[in-house]
Amino acid sequence: MRRLEPQRWELPPDRLEQGIEDKKPLYDAAEATAEAHRCLYCVDAPCIQACPTDIDIPTFIRKIGTGNVKGAARTILSANLLGQSCAQVCPVEVLCAGACVYNEWEREPIAIGRLQRYAVETTLARSPQLFQARPATGKKVALVGSGPASLAAAGMLALEGHTCTLFERKALPGGLNTLGIAPYKLKGPEALREVEWLFSLGRIELRTGVEVVKQATGPEQVSASELLDSHDAVFLGLGLGADSRLGVPGEEGAGIHGATLLIERLKTERGLKLDGVRRAVVIGGGNTALDIAHELALLDVEVSLVYRRSEQEMGGYAHELEAARVDGVRLLQNRQPVEFVLREGKVAAVRLAATREGRPVPGTEEELQAELVAVAIGQERKPPVALAFPGVELDERGRVKVDSGTHRTGHPKVWSGGDCVNGGKEVVNAVAEAKLAVRDMHRHLMGE
Amino acid sequence: MADLSIDFCGIRSPNPFWLASAPPTNTGDQVMRAFDAGWGGAVWKTLGNPIVNVSSRFGGINLGNSRLMGLNNIELITDRPLEVNFREMREVKRRYPRNTLIASLMVETKEEWKEIIQRSEDAGADMLELNFGCPHGMCERGMGSAVGAEPNVLEELARWAVEFASVPVIVKLTPNVGDILEPGEAAVRAGVPALSLINTVKSIMGVDLERMVPLPRVGDASTNGGYCGPAVKPIALHLLAQLARHPQCGKLAISGIGGIANWRDAAEFIALGASSVQVCTAVMHYGYRIVEDMIEGLSDFLDERGMKSVSELRGRAVPQFRDWGELDLSYRVVARIDADKCIGCQLCSVACQDGAHQCIHPSKEAGNRVPVVDEAECIGCNLCQLVCPVPGCISMAEVSSSPRESWNDRIARGTDSVPGGLETTAAARRKGA
Ligand SMILES: Cc1cc2nc3c(=O)[nH]c(=O)nc-3n(C[C@H](O)[C@H](O)[C@H](O)COP(=O)(O)OP(=O)(O)OC[C@H]3O[C@@H](n4cnc5c(N)ncnc54)[C@H](O)[C@@H]3O)c2cc1C
Ligand SMILES: Cc1cc2nc3c(=O)[nH]c(=O)nc-3n(C[C@H](O)[C@H](O)[C@H](O)COP(=O)(O)O)c2cc1C
Ligand code: SF4
Repeated sequence: MRRLEPQRWELPPDRLEQGIEDKKPLYDAAEATAEAHRCLYCVDAPCIQACPTDIDIPTFIRKIGTGNVKGAARTILSANLLGQSCAQVCPVEVLCAGACVYNEWEREPIAIGRLQRYAVETTLARSPQLFQARPATGKKVALVGSGPASLAAAGMLALEGHTCTLFERKALPGGLNTLGIAPYKLKGPEALREVEWLFSLGRIELRTGVEVVKQATGPEQVSASELLDSHDAVFLGLGLGADSRLGVPGEEGAGIHGATLLIERLKTERGLKLDGVRRAVVIGGGNTALDIAHELALLDVEVSLVYRRSEQEMGGYAHELEAARVDGVRLLQNRQPVEFVLREGKVAAVRLAATREGRPVPGTEEELQAELVAVAIGQERKPPVALAFPGVELDERGRVKVDSGTHRTGHPKVWSGGDCVNGGKEVVNAVAEAKLAVRDMHRHLMGE
Repeated sequence: MADLSIDFCGIRSPNPFWLASAPPTNTGDQVMRAFDAGWGGAVWKTLGNPIVNVSSRFGGINLGNSRLMGLNNIELITDRPLEVNFREMREVKRRYPRNTLIASLMVETKEEWKEIIQRSEDAGADMLELNFGCPHGMCERGMGSAVGAEPNVLEELARWAVEFASVPVIVKLTPNVGDILEPGEAAVRAGVPALSLINTVKSIMGVDLERMVPLPRVGDASTNGGYCGPAVKPIALHLLAQLARHPQCGKLAISGIGGIANWRDAAEFIALGASSVQVCTAVMHYGYRIVEDMIEGLSDFLDERGMKSVSELRGRAVPQFRDWGELDLSYRVVARIDADKCIGCQLCSVACQDGAHQCIHPSKEAGNRVPVVDEAECIGCNLCQLVCPVPGCISMAEVSSSPRESWNDRIARGTDSVPGGLETTAAARRKGA
């Protein structure tokens, strides 16, 4: 079989993310074995039911216990090709580990994420050739975007023998895995290493710096119609759009950032410095807000997290808030920015008003000094390129509409999954949706 | 990918993993589910004249948080009518022609053996296993381990079976004997082509101190049961190795049984001479599903070792099983503690101080809990490594050794007298010399 040359991507040196330590480092063999032996090997286990990709968790953990670590990796990856990044980024507290029967017994649940990381990471380092792609089918699939959804789909399609081309508008593959995940969970190079492994599975090609649009006007663009003409199927893994804005006076000031863009910079920009930033204000109550607040705190910035409702109403996970607090983040609940105070075009303070039911109460304003602000109130939906594929529709919340069982859109050759379909969930949901899509795509490609 | 299929007395099996004769092979439905899960063969729950069982029947030994280190049972052979068992066996063989189906048998008279062997073969059994091992209940009736412990009786019964059978006959041995070679040699004399071992070890699981009744309790009394599970594996390995290195017994096919729970256990039995392995307790504990890891783990292991089939692994460790007198007295190891891995529990130091040679000492540095090994004093007994909770933290390092010399060498050279012994012995030596 023709093997494509391995593709390598380098991140520049001197990135801020490098200064942030891994919170759950790789277990060594002794640690993994000891933890694996705690697992009860439950039957019809609740952890499996809690995993969107149905990884047979007790089986892979038992295999770690018997020294069959390679087999453990096989069990994981055959259910979830992104088993490496999921092990590191999944909110296991609310998924598998949250369902562990030990919780019922007031005991620490099994460290499933860490065991999964151990199995996959140690195996792929030693024997990456776990799977053999089927013979070439001659079918071609285009995937728009190279985030977790497209990556998982491409990997599975390639194993079935199909030829995949990913179109990615950014310079690096991986989507938010490379550009968005908190560095104490997963750093850029780790995400890229996983992409490299995925690409070794079969015929997968990547075109970075190429945006798919309705009507291409330059070499960095490809038209939707062209993709449809030259491929047997198309998968849309578009993710979400740019950071939403508050619409508050002064928001254009220097030092005021959209959260995901700021995270992307501290994960990828060479020599980025937080010089002169002693205090930061993060605005929002979701996981992105918690992440950037936590990251800034770990970079020795004094962080105030401002949320317009109460702590109980926050969209972000309680365990993430707790962890951010331990590292110094202060939560200011029931407050909302009404103005950014600029000095020489740069942010100097945020005017906050107290809120009642999420609305500012006049006369309660106070100023909070800050040299940096991160706005984390959500990301745009309604990807325009989706509508360039005839028959593809968006729902009232701007999400790509699909059939829930097959993830096929209104166009018979176009499937979709991940954040652009679910409105923004987790990496593991993107993989689960890609699995459903690929099952149907494969049937379609094989003429069944 | 290595070939896991095996040839056992001319019968091919898709893999060496068989279910032992026990509750997991009680019924046809169970055996078929097991084959679906990947088991290569099954030895049906022992057939004979149906019996009546007691309740409760099992007892278990836990070690800390690990349950069922050992399992004990006082269950007898099948309690279901023979025609039902045979009908189900026939159905299993029809639906799973490639899997190995073995009938385990236990009856008394020659005529009974003749009938049950005939009916087992008619039901499609690929082989017969003679249960000369049950150490409870059936032995009181002159069967089971009562036969296995009496070489002459074993030989006679096995001869009958060989005479009546047209398929290979396996003799299943009991570990409840002084010397396993005696029943082994009796089986050889009887002309059987195969052995299996071990059946369960006689045991009492504990005592209910409130009622003053041993366990497992049947109303107001108990009886000795048969012990199995991980705890018996070392006993089974030893008996297997003894047979495997015996000039005649070692030529028979041997099915290894006793405490096998994963691929590594299986590989160890095969390395000590087993052609197939059988599992009971681990399946009773976790279900048929454990076979997936056994198949995958063994296959990966063979691949990594460059072995193309299970037969290449078979018996590899047997030549290295020796008598004590042949061991190298000059081979020396000492304990080394990896300070980075040490968590400071100091269990090694108390074990060495109170249970070994007093050569692990607390660090003299204040606040440092990593103990220090006085290597010059260390006798290399391993105890510290065995008690250390962190695998890989204490290793036994080989230290430069003088030329190889065994006790037998010393006897040959006349240097086998160690100073500090008895006057009587010294005087006798002087007289003899
Ligand atoms: C800050 C942050 C932290 C997160 N932390 C976690 C976490 O800890 N754990 C977790 O499980 N999930 C986390 N998530 C969510 C997770 O990252 C997403 O659910 C996941 O990445 C979705 O994958 P996707 O492939 O759908 O989209 P994305 O990862 O967004 O990938 C989409 C890709 O498509 C490209 N693209 C879009 N349109 C086009 C076009 N027209 N042409 C070419 N390319 C295009 C984009 O450039 C992008 O690379 C986090 C998200 C954010 C924002
Ligand atoms: C409950 C129970 C019932 C058993 N019944 C039989 C039997 O009918 N015939 C037999 O040959 N062995 C019987 N055995 C012994 C097993 O076949 C096997 O030899 C023994 O359990 C050791 O294997 P293990 O450690 O994998 O359990 C029984 C064991 C148990 C636990
Ligand atoms: S395991 Fe089944 S048969 Fe045995 S006591 Fe429990 S319920 Fe009864």
